[in-house]
Amino acid sequence: MSLTYLEAIREAQYEALRQNPDVFLYGQDIGAFGGAFKATKGLAREFPGRVFDAPISEDAMVGLAVGAAIEGARPILEMQFADFSSVGFNQIVNQAGTQYWRTDVPCPITIRLPSGGTPGSGPFHSQSMESIYAHYPGLVIVTPATVEDAYWMLLDSVELNDPVMFCEHKFLYYHLKADSLGERSLPIGKARIARPGRHATVVTYSAMLHEALKSAEELQLDGYQIEVVDLRSVKPMDTDTILASVARTGRLLAVGESFPWGGVTAEIVARVSAEAFHLLDAPPMRLNSKDTPIPYHPNLWKSHRPTVTTISDAVRRLLRY
Amino acid sequence: MQLSRQVEEKLGSLYRSGGRIVGGVYLGKGQEAFSAALGVQLVEGKDVYGPLIRDQAGRIAFGEPLLDCFRTYLGTATGPMRGRDGNIHRGRPKEGMLAMISHLGALVSVVTGVLFARRLRGSLGDTVGATSIGDGGTSTGAFHEGMNLAAVEKLPLIVSVANNQFAYSTPNSRQFACEDLLLRAEGYGVQGWSVTGTDLASCLKGFRAAVAAARSGGGPQMVVGRMLRLGGHGEHDDASYVPEEARFSHLGQDCLMVAEKTLAARGLASAEVVRGWEQEGRKLIDAAIAQAGREPLPDPYRERWDALSTSHLVEGRSE
Repeated sequence: MSLTYLEAIREAQYEALRQNPDVFLYGQDIGAFGGAFKATKGLAREFPGRVFDAPISEDAMVGLAVGAAIEGARPILEMQFADFSSVGFNQIVNQAGTQYWRTDVPCPITIRLPSGGTPGSGPFHSQSMESIYAHYPGLVIVTPATVEDAYWMLLDSVELNDPVMFCEHKFLYYHLKADSLGERSLPIGKARIARPGRHATVVTYSAMLHEALKSAEELQLDGYQIEVVDLRSVKPMDTDTILASVARTGRLLAVGESFPWGGVTAEIVARVSAEAFHLLDAPPMRLNSKDTPIPYHPNLWKSHRPTVTTISDAVRRLLRY
Repeated sequence: MQLSRQVEEKLGSLYRSGGRIVGGVYLGKGQEAFSAALGVQLVEGKDVYGPLIRDQAGRIAFGEPLLDCFRTYLGTATGPMRGRDGNIHRGRPKEGMLAMISHLGALVSVVTGVLFARRLRGSLGDTVGATSIGDGGTSTGAFHEGMNLAAVEKLPLIVSVANNQFAYSTPNSRQFACEDLLLRAEGYGVQGWSVTGTDLASCLKGFRAAVAAARSGGGPQMVVGRMLRLGGHGEHDDASYVPEEARFSHLGQDCLMVAEKTLAARGLASAEVVRGWEQEGRKLIDAAIAQAGREPLPDPYRERWDALSTSHLVEGRSE
C-alpha cells in the first residue's frame, strides 16, 4: 500500500468521523464534490449528514464552528486555500483564540489550511499563514512535513480541546508518499530529529523539511554532517529539542517558507540567542521567502522561496564563520 | 426594562464618581423595550442568546443575574469573566448566553453554529437562538455572511436590529443607502418584522410572533425597530452630534415612559405599582453592588496565564 500526503489527510478525516459522532466537516465544495483538492473525496457519501458545503463566507464558517464547539461538536473546517483564511481572521484570532481564556469554555475546532506555494499558483493561492496565527494567543499551529504526521497530527488535532490551525502543504499533497501510516509516535508539541548531524543544525518544518534534507545530502558530499530538526508544530515550539541540537552542533540555520519579517524563523533565532548564546560558534541565521507577494511564474516562484541551493549556500556561510 | 434602566443609571453614576468601575460603561437607555421584548420570549436553559452592547434589559429578561453585571463591571475575580474581560463582554456560553467580542456582526454566525450543532446532534427540538445588532453593525461583512449562512441553513435564529439612528456618531445617511434595514431581510431570504422600537406593546407583539415563527420551523427572523439612543455611545460620550429635532421626534420618546402610560391606560399597573417595582429594584441593585464590592479583585500572581485549555501545550509552563 502506498499513500500520499493528501490521501493521509482524507484518511484521517475518515477516521475522525468514524470514531466520534461529534465530528463534522464544513467547507466550500467539500460535500459531494469532495473538495478543491479532493481531501474529502467520498466522505459525504460515507457519512451522510456530517459533511457540509459552506457558502463562500470564511468569517461565518469560523463563527459557525466556534458556536458548534461551544455546543460540544468538534468541527473540522476546510479553508479552500490557506490564503482565504484571512477573510476569517477575526473569528479565528478574536473569537476562537480568546474563547477559552475569556469564558472557561474550550473551543475544540480544527481549521485545515492548504498552505504554501506550488508552481503557477500566484500571490493568492500560495501563502503560508503559520507565522501570523502563531503570533496570536489561544491557537495551536501544526505544520506536518510527512505523510505519517499529516495523518496522526490531524487526528491529534481533532482530539485537542483547543483551536488548531492545521497547516498542510499543497506542494506535498501528491508527490509525498509513504508505504504505511505507521503508528502514533510523537505528540503535538514535540519536534523530531529528521537527520542527525554534528556540524550545523537546520531547524525547519513543513515542505521546507524536504529541501533541507536534500541540502544535507548535498553537503554530506563535502564531508559536512548537517542535523535537521523537523518542528512538526510551530506553536507550541519544542525549544528543548532545538537547544539540544544546537548544543551538539554550535551552529543554527532556521528555514521557513513564510515571509521574512518576524515569524517562526525569527522566533527560533530569538530563543536560541537568548537561551543558548554560549553554545553558538557562529551567529544564528535564518532563511525565508523574499519580502514580496508570491510570484506566479515558476521561474520567479522557485527563486522566491528557499530552495536546496539557497539553503546549502546559507549553511556553507554558517560553516565558514 | 425598569430594572435595566435603574441598573444603568447606577452604572453611569459609578462611572462618573470614578474609581470603582474599570474601563468604559455602555448603556442601552432608550432601547430597553426593544431589548427586553426579545429577552422575555427566550427560555433560559433552553434557548441561546448572544446579547450585544445595549442589551442590559434583554439580559435581565433572559435571566442573567445582576451579580454577573456588577462583578464584570467591577472586574472582580469572582464573576464569569474573572477580570479577563469587562462590562458588556460577559456571558456564560455553557448556559446559553454567549460573550460578545467587540467586532460587530461576529455573533450572528456563532449563535447559528450553536443551533447547527444542536440539529446535528438531534437536540435542536423547538429551541431558538437570538442575537442583536445595531444600524452600524449591519454594515459589516460578518453580519452579511452570518445572515446569509443562517438563511441557507434555515436555522431558528432571531436577529434583532436596533436602528438607533447613530453608530457612535455616524448617522444612518452615512451608514446605508436602502430605505429601511427591513428591506435586507428579503435579500437574505429571511422573514422580516417591523416594530415601533419605543413602544413596548409593539415590540412584544413583534418579537412574540418572530420567535414563534422560528420555533415552529420558519427559519431565521429579522426584527427591526427604530428608536433613538438616549445617551452617548458610552458614558464618556455626550452625544452632542444628535440634533435637537431628533431628540424631540417620536424616535426620541423614552420607551420607559411610554410603557408606563400604556400600563396605566390599560389598567395593568398603576404609577404606585411601578414605584413599588422601582423600590424592589433598588434593593436588588444595592445588594448586588455590595456583594460584588466585597469580592476579591484579580491577582496577577494567582492568574493562570494560559490561553489554551490543554495545559501541557502552553508555552513556558514547566509542569
